Amino acid sequence: MSTLAHVFEEAGIATVALGSIGAHIQGTAPPRGLWCDFPLGRPLGKPNDADFQHRVLAHAFGLLTSPEPVVEKFAESIDDDGTATMSCELPPRHDPSLHPAVDEANGLRQAYDRAVAKLGNRTGAGRVVAADDIGAAVQSFVRVAEGTPWKEAGIPGIPARVAQDIRGYYETAALALAEHAPAPWAGARWFFTSTEAGRTIMAARKAMADAGEKQPIWFFLAPGDM
Amino acid sequence: MADSDVKALTGGLELPDFETTAFTTPPPLAEAKVAIVTSASLHHPDQDDFEPIDTGYRVLDGSRRDYMCGHWSPNFDATGIALDLNTVFPIDRLDELAADGTIGEVSDIHLSYAGNQFDLSGVRMDSGPAGAKFLRDHEVDVVLFTPV
Repeated sequence: MSTLAHVFEEAGIATVALGSIGAHIQGTAPPRGLWCDFPLGRPLGKPNDADFQHRVLAHAFGLLTSPEPVVEKFAESIDDDGTATMSCELPPRHDPSLHPAVDEANGLRQAYDRAVAKLGNRTGAGRVVAADDIGAAVQSFVRVAEGTPWKEAGIPGIPARVAQDIRGYYETAALALAEHAPAPWAGARWFFTSTEAGRTIMAARKAMADAGEKQPIWFFLAPGDM
Repeated sequence: MADSDVKALTGGLELPDFETTAFTTPPPLAEAKVAIVTSASLHHPDQDDFEPIDTGYRVLDGSRRDYMCGHWSPNFDATGIALDLNTVFPIDRLDELAADGTIGEVSDIHLSYAGNQFDLSGVRMDSGPAGAKFLRDHEVDVVLFTPV
């Protein structure tokens, strides 16, 4: 963002850049920057909280009156303690002929459709795997976890993008099942630790690493600190 | 998994260096046309998705709300923007600020880039200046940059 801010100012447009990582926004010194110490993915802080978002914008736009370059920190921080996890029921076993992860993915379809109807689809399936094909995509990672080389497992695209669509499908469905707005990262923690599909992707990631596959192929299947 | 641990992974990234800081004095905010430029790889469903290495930009229609997040990184919480577009792209908040006169006007077009680029030379030399010119041609005075 800071690179673009420098370029846009050179072109005659005044800019204000929000930044979630203090070292980055301070280190790159944009013409006007506001460090918002919020979790990654939430630069305005709190979803569905217009008052909070307006406080962020008021501080940001206030920097436009500065007569010189300025970087400030927003007064409020939002912490993630690394423990909050979404709480929602997973579908019961329906078709025992399927792998549990595939059965689970199929069972979430109605919840996924309800969430998309209510919220739209901004981070769910569809970047490379359609919602109708999520079960097959999960099955491809089951094969990898069980030892099939990833290039022979039928993964329908670049593995990281396919995993992203599966995770997005689950997190979107969870928004229809949960009774609460999830805390930051609570959806990701729920997916990777509580669901059959998430655990399958983690197992496939480990299998690919153990097989000596190139690091970018498996590393980006999950957040980098996992 | 914790946000602080994910942020710590970026500690070794080389940051771009600028010898000088360009600085444009804007008109009063109440008279300014404001646009959002995000690095969240947002695009409309009928536009091309972003590639893993993609220094281009997409033009976003401010009258639409059918945005998809095409960012490739797994290293951010996705449920915030899934619940509320304004968590990343505060278009409704800008419309409210225009309605109450805080800002002069909200641009009817906005831009989206892909933030997960390791080689920034294309952005710095090509798509960045092109995007800035595009917004200048639409008489945009102020840009709010939002990451993801």
